[in-house]
Amino acid sequence: MDWLIAFWGWLPLPIQILLKIAAILIPLLLLVAYYTYAERKLIGYMQVRVGPNRVGPKGWLQPIADAVKLLFKEIILPTGANKLLFLIAPLISIGPALVAWAVFPFDAGVVLADINAGLLYILALTSMGVYGVVIAGWASNSKYAFLGAMRSAAQIVAYEIAMGFALVGVLVAAGTLNLGEIVMRQEGSFLHWYWLPLLPLFLVYWISGVAETNRAPFDVAEGESEIVAGFHVEYSGMAFAVFFLAEYANMILISALTVLMFFGGWLSPFQGIPLLGDYTAWVPGFAWLLLKTFFFMFLFLWFRATFPRYRYDQIMRLGWKVFIPITIVWIVVVALMKVGHMPWWFD
Amino acid sequence: MKNAITYFRSLFLFELLKGLSLTGRYLFARKVTLNYPEEKAPQSPRFRGLHALRRYPNGEERCIACKLCEAVCPALAITIEAEPRQDGSRRTTRYDIDLFKCIYCGFCEESCPVDSIVETRVHEYHFEERGENIMTKDQLLAIGDKHEAQLAADRAAQAPYR
Amino acid sequence: MQFEKFLFYVFAAILLFAAVMVVTRRNPVHSALFMVVAFFNCAALWLLAEAEFLAITLVLVYVGAVMVLFMFVVMMLDVNLAELRAGFIRNLPLGVLVAAIMVVEMILVVGPRLFGLDSFPAPAPAPADYGNTRELGIALYTQYLYPFEIAAVILLVAIIAAIGLTMRRRPDTKYQDPARQVQVKAKDRLRIIQMDAEEKG
Repeated sequence: MDWLIAFWGWLPLPIQILLKIAAILIPLLLLVAYYTYAERKLIGYMQVRVGPNRVGPKGWLQPIADAVKLLFKEIILPTGANKLLFLIAPLISIGPALVAWAVFPFDAGVVLADINAGLLYILALTSMGVYGVVIAGWASNSKYAFLGAMRSAAQIVAYEIAMGFALVGVLVAAGTLNLGEIVMRQEGSFLHWYWLPLLPLFLVYWISGVAETNRAPFDVAEGESEIVAGFHVEYSGMAFAVFFLAEYANMILISALTVLMFFGGWLSPFQGIPLLGDYTAWVPGFAWLLLKTFFFMFLFLWFRATFPRYRYDQIMRLGWKVFIPITIVWIVVVALMKVGHMPWWFD
Repeated sequence: MKNAITYFRSLFLFELLKGLSLTGRYLFARKVTLNYPEEKAPQSPRFRGLHALRRYPNGEERCIACKLCEAVCPALAITIEAEPRQDGSRRTTRYDIDLFKCIYCGFCEESCPVDSIVETRVHEYHFEERGENIMTKDQLLAIGDKHEAQLAADRAAQAPYR
Repeated sequence: MQFEKFLFYVFAAILLFAAVMVVTRRNPVHSALFMVVAFFNCAALWLLAEAEFLAITLVLVYVGAVMVLFMFVVMMLDVNLAELRAGFIRNLPLGVLVAAIMVVEMILVVGPRLFGLDSFPAPAPAPADYGNTRELGIALYTQYLYPFEIAAVILLVAIIAAIGLTMRRRPDTKYQDPARQVQVKAKDRLRIIQMDAEEKG
């Protein structure tokens, strides 16, 4: 043990940082791979099927088989496509989804970059993901892809505002932009977490998050029944796989952020409960964080299995006419609670 | 009042929750999937699969080249040529079924006066080259010989309804 | 310090390159994308200057929202490039004249005598727990409260004016009202009746 710590200290700083990045990204990408497996399995179960069960025991090797298949497929460049932008688009789409994890606190103090403006950084990066979609749609030189890109751009701009306002509520409640501190302000018990005082904001944030990641029921950017596959209709092989990866990485990110902002991050749900709290005190915070994140990741899949796709004008109406007014009203309410030092949460 | 109730129901996403609970229940429902190559759905004795030509228990082929099946076939999938055999009986020299044309309607089986052409329960077969889709008389007889026990049992089960 | 200087020149060079490309590219979509690159490098420069709030806000607002809308419009434009090029030579002298006048004016107002490293000594690096977001907020909501609120009201008026100018009611278009749609119950639209089987005639 000691020599490991000594070895770590001996490593130059850039190598240390690179190792930390790898320690975050490799499990993340594995999680993405098995998230796709979980999706197929769970949606299968909800449709009274069993899902993939052929590759490996119970189908556990299915994501690996998929990855190998996509790796070996040819990347087809459509005629008239803008080659550079066509190939860059998937990278632009996955970049922000991975970079955002830099400021994510996994436990008290366990964070790659503990920056003060963490919340803003996350907001700025999640707003970048749309470029991948828009550029892919435009560079493909295909009408379907272009329509998908347009839909996605309009939708994401609309929901980003609601999402931003919801986070402004969190910011007002916590009084800090640092993600780790936001979690620490929620300490107490699971009733102290922000989901309760910020319930409308939590709902708006979560639904906007589903819309931001272009997932069902907001997946009009793909809309396979009307525009084939939307923005990635022309993509094949690894380029397509990267889009796929980006979508699932974004879903995990949104789930984890929801836990962080509204469900007390790594805090134990049994904290403050007389007996149970003491018995579960040994569980590391990371496990709680993971458990709560898995719950929201499961919700993503559950939604997809349940809801039909929204009609496009209704998506726009929901974003602009319902969510934004709700968030603005509740920000005022939160500010009043904060100024009035409302007991329990803000005293 | 009624409007207020509907308003609150839509505000709190009541119907979405109802939908979620439905799929949530099905998550734990018993799955009905058959793991196909290992498990198979039960077949009726009237199942119409791959064709076969049957023989009598003494080894003599049943077909008397009456060409009723060729006449009744709506897809014109059957081709028959016939000649008298050495012993003077009327027999086919060629009995081809084009499985690309065949629609598995079972009319040939219905029309056959001697229960010679039948459809077996075999439904898992494939062709790898052009031309393999045409089943010749020898192939059909071989299929019949292979599945004779099953075929005879199926005919016996159906006999009361004929 | 040396490494920061190196970073500064890298970002500055990319920023200038991207800015030049924005105005020289023929394809408006390429221009818009180079503008995104320029914003990014600008944000990076601000980060180097320890103005992290401004930098991230630049990315959030301009890259995340404004440029997306720009792209939205620009992608749908079908710009005829030949036509754009036609007036270039004819308008060149006027353009050069205007540009030259602007450069001279700028030099007169903010000349080199006002800048230079000797007139602006580098500020002492801020302590690690210094947050420029908090400082900015305190300044905005105390010292500059009135200008800030007035700017906000002006923007609001601009939004309302823009909507008022462009919005037109078209009585002939058909549209659905989702609020009324969700109010509809099955029994408003559907009547289930009990009926005896018809007698055979």
